[in-house]
Amino acid sequence: MKNISADVMETKETKVKKEKVPRQNMPEQDPKKRIRNFEEVPLGYSEKTAIIEAKRCIQCKNPGCVRGCPVDVKIPEFIQQIAEGRFIEAALKLKETNGLPAVCGRVCPQEDQCEKECILGKKGEPVAIGRLERFAADYERNSGKISIPPAVKPNGKKVAVAGAGPSGLTIAGDLVKLGYDVTIYEALHKAGGVLVYGIPEFRLPKAIVEAEVEYLRKLGVKIETNFVIGRTKTIDELFADGFDAVFIGVGAGAPVFMNIPGENLGDIYSANEYLTRSNLMKAYLFPEYDTPIVRGKKVAVVGGGNVAMDSVRTALRLGAERAMIIYRRTGVEMPARQEEVHHAKEEGVEFLMLTNPLEYIGNSLGRVIGMKCIRMELGEPDASGRRSPVPIKGSEFVMDVDTVVVAVGTMANPIIPATTPNLHTNKWGYISTHDASGLTSRKGIYAGGDIVTGSATVILAMGAGRKAANAIHEYLSGK
Amino acid sequence: MNKIIEKASLSENIVKMVLESPVIAKKRKAGQFIILKINEKGERIPLTIVDSDVQKGTITIIFQIVGKTTAQLAALNVGDSLQDLQGPLGHPTEIAHYGRVVCIGGGVGVGVVYPVIVALKKAGNEVISIIGSRTKASLILEKEIRENSDRLIVTTDDGSYGIHGFVSSVFEQEVLDKGEHVDRVFTIGPVPMMVAVCKITKLHRIKTIVSLNSIMVDATGMCGACRVNVAGKTKFTCVDGPEFDGHDVDFDLLSDRLRMYCDMEREAYEKHKCGCDGN
Repeated sequence: MKNISADVMETKETKVKKEKVPRQNMPEQDPKKRIRNFEEVPLGYSEKTAIIEAKRCIQCKNPGCVRGCPVDVKIPEFIQQIAEGRFIEAALKLKETNGLPAVCGRVCPQEDQCEKECILGKKGEPVAIGRLERFAADYERNSGKISIPPAVKPNGKKVAVAGAGPSGLTIAGDLVKLGYDVTIYEALHKAGGVLVYGIPEFRLPKAIVEAEVEYLRKLGVKIETNFVIGRTKTIDELFADGFDAVFIGVGAGAPVFMNIPGENLGDIYSANEYLTRSNLMKAYLFPEYDTPIVRGKKVAVVGGGNVAMDSVRTALRLGAERAMIIYRRTGVEMPARQEEVHHAKEEGVEFLMLTNPLEYIGNSLGRVIGMKCIRMELGEPDASGRRSPVPIKGSEFVMDVDTVVVAVGTMANPIIPATTPNLHTNKWGYISTHDASGLTSRKGIYAGGDIVTGSATVILAMGAGRKAANAIHEYLSGK
Repeated sequence: MNKIIEKASLSENIVKMVLESPVIAKKRKAGQFIILKINEKGERIPLTIVDSDVQKGTITIIFQIVGKTTAQLAALNVGDSLQDLQGPLGHPTEIAHYGRVVCIGGGVGVGVVYPVIVALKKAGNEVISIIGSRTKASLILEKEIRENSDRLIVTTDDGSYGIHGFVSSVFEQEVLDKGEHVDRVFTIGPVPMMVAVCKITKLHRIKTIVSLNSIMVDATGMCGACRVNVAGKTKFTCVDGPEFDGHDVDFDLLSDRLRMYCDMEREAYEKHKCGCDGN
């Protein structure tokens, strides 16, 4: 308590000197131009801007920002390094606790985490921690001076990680630094999980993910792609191969459909399929790349989360004349980040709020040509605390669409629970854990990320990976 | 890894390849498939595992050249490697001692039904195999299937070999009409063929298993590209199948969804053939 009031006093003192310096904007690609390409939208800080922004940080003694971060990034310390122009050192400071800083600087919901706790935000605008994180990580990568920490003496213990997404990459990095022999098994042909199949190039360039994965390889992490745990080998077979512990971080990869008539018509995609084709398979470069994707002119994306925003903005870039978000509540309840909604609006995405699809209409070839919707109104709050949408009787209408993307959520993939005896799951199929350590119903098997919590964020999955790394270390050290 | 160990042309446009993959060879069961991707820019395509050799650490695939990817695959040689090979995927065929089973394969589907024939025979069933092709030159695996069946009937659409006619009608004439009791039918081939067989077996109330060749991307239940309607419910061919009760499958939906990328596939293949795709 004492410390906090000291910080507030500090704010008042520094205010006299610093009140003229606003939160620094990050330049962005012009909306008219960027809807014709897949290049990144925000362009990053210059060195000069980064220093100005870093100097806004008042270096709280008891920093709230760190408490707001699921992986405890040493925020004031790395910002101090930037303020002093020591950018490489800033990146190293970040990497002490965060294996994926260039990713987090781009896709973390900072407004709900570190920046939400920033003391400057109480009266004005918080320090742009995410932008500074991105700046330092990009600076190091672009400098070509990525330093690899000295190799740790192997401790002779082997850990297998199922899934090369945010939680798996984090736990692998943490454990390899403690001397474990770590192998990640990834079902797809590329490591990165949602970072490579889900999040589009214009929000997270794939070269950045590749560089962060490459860094882990240099640390000594082995990555086996095309390896489906549960099919290629089961978890029990991994133990038989000599692994001492297994971490399951396979995400909530199965798409949810609404089960309404016509949903299996051609040109109706799950968001997972639409984004996987475009991002992982680079279908936006068809026919240079072999995987095709339908380039609709009138595209409806059903849902209001970040995945819906990624899908609708992808549709625009694939040439849609109308790219629409269909959401059954209002903008206030929409779970997508404000920044994503803002970017989508700038790019010309139409938002049809309080609207819900009832049925899809197809042509004689079985391809979608129309969507029957109903208008909604908000009723009483539901279990999530949000006012639940109620259909307005007689308000049905049909709209022309030629492509639909269903982005209403995901659920647990059943392959691992189905092939691992005594691994308990909850009623939705997510893996049950004892506590935040990620320990499952089976000794030596830990789980974390979306396969435990259901769809959440990259950084929360990374936090779960970090906690499981500590728990596995404790478990195997005592052995 | 994923090296091509053997390559043979089985007919004008059907190729057999033996690939090095000890881990898949060890695990694989009849009815399962792999996903392969030839190179960085390639697409992911599913192909049934026709055979495996645990000692040698190899798996066998059989494919028909129908578009760019299969043409590129056929152009590779022994010693070349595929960039990506993932599997084994999907549920294995439910193998049991059913009694008298009839296995019906058409075209390149003969390759897919072959491992099922082998497994059913090994499980002690009386196996009647009926395989068909357009013409004599495009018939595959006749010898191998004969060796693993109690009886083999061969048909060709043009009458150039075996019995003149479609596998479905020959099945009816040569087996059912002769009063032979059949406990179960497995049928794999082009959609119209499976539809025709299912129509007959439904009348005779014989349980019939089909293996579907839906379009897939990840093939681990993540994308839903391969969704089909089975007994009124949406199922994913990759993780719920690839085999289903043929009497419950909505084949019209399957055909429609298989046609979804026809134009784009043709465009890619044309560009590939004229060499203007740069690879």
